[in-house]
Amino acid sequence: MKEKIVNIKNMSFSYGSNKVLDDVSLSIEKGDFVGIIGANGSAKSTLLKLMVGLLKADSGTVELFGKPIESFNEFKRIGYLSQTAREFNNMFPATVEEVIAANLYANEVLRGRFRRKNHKRIDEVLKTVEMDGFKKRKIGNLSGGQKQRVFIARALVNNPEILFMDEPLVGVDLESQNKFYNLLDKLNREYNITLVMVSHDIGVISQKVNRVFCLANGKVYEHDLKINRNISLDIMYGENMNMLYHQH
Amino acid sequence: MFYYDFMRRSFIMGIIIAMIAPTVGYFLVLRRQSVIGDTLSHVALSGAAFGMITNTYPVYTAIIFAIIAAFGIEGLRRKYENYAELSLSIVLSAGVGLASVLLSLGNTQGILSYLFGSLSLVNTDEIILVIGLGVVILITVFILYKKLFYMAFDEESAYLAGVPVKSLNLFFSVLVAVTVAISMRIVGVLLISSLMVLPVAASLIIANSFKSGLMYSILFGVISVVIGLIASYYLDLASGGAIVLTALILLIVTIIIHSKKK
Repeated sequence: MKEKIVNIKNMSFSYGSNKVLDDVSLSIEKGDFVGIIGANGSAKSTLLKLMVGLLKADSGTVELFGKPIESFNEFKRIGYLSQTAREFNNMFPATVEEVIAANLYANEVLRGRFRRKNHKRIDEVLKTVEMDGFKKRKIGNLSGGQKQRVFIARALVNNPEILFMDEPLVGVDLESQNKFYNLLDKLNREYNITLVMVSHDIGVISQKVNRVFCLANGKVYEHDLKINRNISLDIMYGENMNMLYHQH
Repeated sequence: MFYYDFMRRSFIMGIIIAMIAPTVGYFLVLRRQSVIGDTLSHVALSGAAFGMITNTYPVYTAIIFAIIAAFGIEGLRRKYENYAELSLSIVLSAGVGLASVLLSLGNTQGILSYLFGSLSLVNTDEIILVIGLGVVILITVFILYKKLFYMAFDEESAYLAGVPVKSLNLFFSVLVAVTVAISMRIVGVLLISSLMVLPVAASLIIANSFKSGLMYSILFGVISVVIGLIASYYLDLASGGAIVLTALILLIVTIIIHSKKK
């Protein structure tokens, strides 16, 4: 039996009086590539934030690597891509190297010396995401797809076992999206990194991942990709949904 | 100019403040919290007024008031999570209200020197205080530099990478409070936040890295203070105003030169 990396039992969460997740139970195992999909406002990002401890559940339990999320402190085992790239302020004065190095020193008690092995590690992760040569570039001058690769590199620099991504491909062009998915595939297969990705792009994600959680009306439904990779949209948008077919 | 003792003292204090105000301001601006300087300076003013009434050294009371306000802002920010700027408005209102009441209560004639900054009233004790606290602030920022960078860049990811975000936020607020309180002697309460923001605004135009941005901010701050103090001496201007106008001119010149280069 594979190791359960994320284990959620009977979890509920509300924003004020609005219950957005109701008695949710799910688990994510080592090696999974999980897609979390749902309509706008279906609490996809909320679920991700609950998994990593950025939000605290009202009831139920959330465990990461077998530890209650409240006491989890093995931060090097996880990587996280927030929605920063989408909201990123291009004037922010930081080089690619500074952004990636930030993760290396987060756990140092004081300042932390910039050691040679750290330079080497930054070069390695930049190579992994095919961004070698960009180390000294200002991050604000990169394209959306390139920025996301840098953020992946930042998340990878500590050799995480699981990578959480919150809608990483919003505003990224199609070609860069394909490159991004190829990179994720490599991380999942070659490096055995468990991936959890929130996305609104149902069509694409269902072709790339090996497990899909659909969120609707506060519940989480796992779609069985072995039976059918085409996800029924009426789960998320309601039975009265009509598809509009059109030609370009 | 340096024949006078008070000018030598002012330059020493001015240069220290020119280094710490943009340093602290750099992180505030990048975290989109530049208004905090304004808020805390108004509370520091009420602290200075309280010191005058109670015959306590006003800079000490200003520091205490500003630190209490900094904690108050953090507390209110959690309460009004989705309206974070409301916490600043509440504390600002409290500071202005308290200052005006305290000013009407007793002998607060010297308050103008705290409002706009004054060179002639700087004494040796103040220099020692400013040098001591200034050095502590600079060393602290140097030690916490990488964590503060991460928090400014992406607070959520910093938290998940193990940066103690909550306690550092609180600690940094204290640094801002102390910076504001000790800067008000030279620049004046009303203009401190300008010295925290204008050199940073100029640096953001030309900086290519986080480190260079911080260095440019400090450089622009020091140039503003040196030119501002010289102008205030020879033209008999309020020191705070002269410093801030110099910083503003530097910003405009930087924008013009950068636009022409493009």
